[in-house]
Amino acid sequence: MCIKKRPLSHSIGELDYDPTHLNLEVYFLPPAISADFNRNRLSVQGNHACALAAVAAGCRFYAGYPITPSSEVAEKMSEELPKVGGIFVQMEDEIASMGAVVGASMGGVKALTATSGPGFSLKQENLGYASMTETPCVIVNVMRGGPSTGMPTRPSQADVMQARWGSHGDHPIIVLTPASVDEIYMETVRAFNLSELLRVPVVLLYDEVIGHLIETIEIREPAELKLLERKWTRAPPEEYLPFAATDDGVPEMARPGDGYRTHTTGLTHGENGFPTQDPEEVDRVMRRLLSKLDRNRTIVESFELLECGDADIVIVAYGITSRAARRAVKLGREHGIKVGLFRPITLWPFPQQPFAEVAALARKVLVPEMNAGQLCLEIERLCSPPSKVSRMNRIDGEAITPIEILERVKALESND
Amino acid sequence: MTEASMHTFEIRDYLRQELMPHFMCPGCGHGIALRALLWAIYELDIDKDRLAIVSGIGCSGRVGAYIDANTMHVTHGRPLAYATGLKLARPDLEVIVITGDGDCLAIGGNHLIHACRRNLNFTCLMLNNEVYGMTGGQVSPTTTVDRFTTTTPLGNHEPGFDSCKLAAAAGAGLVGREITLQVPALKNLIKEGINHPGFAFLEIISDCTEIYGRKNQLGESPEMMLSQKASTRSDVYRNTVDQPFRPNAFETGVLARNDRAEYADNYRKHVEKTMDVLKSGD
Ligand SMILES: Cc1ncc(C[n+]2csc(CCOP(=O)(O)OP(=O)(O)O)c2C)c(N)n1
Repeated sequence: MCIKKRPLSHSIGELDYDPTHLNLEVYFLPPAISADFNRNRLSVQGNHACALAAVAAGCRFYAGYPITPSSEVAEKMSEELPKVGGIFVQMEDEIASMGAVVGASMGGVKALTATSGPGFSLKQENLGYASMTETPCVIVNVMRGGPSTGMPTRPSQADVMQARWGSHGDHPIIVLTPASVDEIYMETVRAFNLSELLRVPVVLLYDEVIGHLIETIEIREPAELKLLERKWTRAPPEEYLPFAATDDGVPEMARPGDGYRTHTTGLTHGENGFPTQDPEEVDRVMRRLLSKLDRNRTIVESFELLECGDADIVIVAYGITSRAARRAVKLGREHGIKVGLFRPITLWPFPQQPFAEVAALARKVLVPEMNAGQLCLEIERLCSPPSKVSRMNRIDGEAITPIEILERVKALESND
Repeated sequence: MTEASMHTFEIRDYLRQELMPHFMCPGCGHGIALRALLWAIYELDIDKDRLAIVSGIGCSGRVGAYIDANTMHVTHGRPLAYATGLKLARPDLEVIVITGDGDCLAIGGNHLIHACRRNLNFTCLMLNNEVYGMTGGQVSPTTTVDRFTTTTPLGNHEPGFDSCKLAAAAGAGLVGREITLQVPALKNLIKEGINHPGFAFLEIISDCTEIYGRKNQLGESPEMMLSQKASTRSDVYRNTVDQPFRPNAFETGVLARNDRAEYADNYRKHVEKTMDVLKSGD
């Protein structure tokens, strides 16, 4: 948790009373929760919720390497997987972890790995391999302060661009960014679903605060999770082309042992799976690969709108920052300011169209982020003129507070 | 007698013939290693549908694609990591890794150590041609001292690496080495590796005639292969009076056996045991 530290010599009574710094509920207002929340409630930290959801989503393989602040995902998986006949393995490093995860998934088993900044950097080459070979897998990156070893125990949101472009070359990837523990649970399930359905690696990207936050979650019945499985091919082996386009752009997959004996390679490959450098063929297969997300935007994109209908000022915030922004919207409205929140849950591909519609109606857009300015680049691209976007950045390892955002909103409002 | 062994080994039955001609240079030892592997697979009567070949990047890694099986050509240095995931997820598959000296000992060295330590039941064939063939002949961790490569124009000044000693020390279930000159012996060693219920590390002495051989004036491929014989000592001669007359660096045959629990088996037993304890605690 990222509460401003109280000076040790002060008793609580001596502090300036600031509700946003003492009352967690006020500080990070949780998103709305479902009405029948009372059943199957569990109080867990974000990282544990992720592990529980993975197992519920059918994940039966975990390979990882310990790193703060993500290790609790591994710890929970090591406890849960043996109970359901799954495999947990702590590998020699993050490169091996990512390789083992892709290897397990090529075998047909849903697989997960979790890490943080330095480890996420190491995973990138094999993550690109998953993207190129269209092997489903889910990668959790619990963001801590960077660059390099940075601040292992402090939160950050500075891997937004790396999550999209960390691996070399044009490649499809989905990035989801939950903002509460319950949302980690549901987005982890969705991550597996999207990954299986579209054969794209999915990154669950959340900050240390969300990862270590303890909140109540609802454990859903398996039927409620609407689990999706890979499109296993039923084609006769002699006709089957492992990378042939289908209606949604996603090829059908074959498992080793099913009689198809396919070739999988990170080299640019034709529909038959074998390497090619024929310009026409390369153009065709690469465009098909890269089209998967565009063609399936409606199921990939997820976002939340809060008070955006008449908003003059729209805040774009994700993760823990969106919790502060939610509070700021409430306070702003109490001050009579027409302020709203656009909260992307799918970070990449960014929900451009829905955002553009909201942004078109707003006079000002504010992008608070715990980095030196990353998502704001995408927001500026989508706003006309880009100058209506204001950045707000904290890079000191502290979460942005509702009051800070409110102050900026007030300033933007009076700046006309 | 199984159906397969009633016929004689026909390599075409195990190749993806539509990919021919293959990309290997004339005289390259990798093709001989491939033949020995397929011969072993034939004699062991392994179902091609259940066979998974995981290979790294390099000339060695490209060999895998020619095999009519489930073939995974992964990233440079990481085939052992991918194979670990695959074998753990799918214990029903016969998993064989094909890697090179650069792939396995340089960029993938850490994975080799830990694959040996874990002792998961799959087989690793490391094709050692003493050079980075695919990238045009740079120095590798096994290049002989003083030899020329494109990145050692003054001759290699770095000491080499005995990968079998490393694998044995790290705990591999079975460690062996053979030369491509001795194809039947190589085939038998590969069979032994595959049959071993644990991690088997096999170093196969291969030759890069076109790049490495030419640059070092080691002769045509027959000369290079004959020099394999002169630079190895078969296990037949090991610890015999003959030894002093064969003061060569490389021993061949099965070089080490570590009688240790197989990883997946051990994991399963361990889980069962602890689950029982947990249950009885209720
Ligand atoms: C991460 C990464 N680094 C470097 C390369 C370039 N590369 C391709 S093959 C290779 C060396 C292969 O040598 P070796 O494993 O000895 O196999 P050989 O080609 O000799 O059979 C290198 C360095 C790469 N593909 N990926």
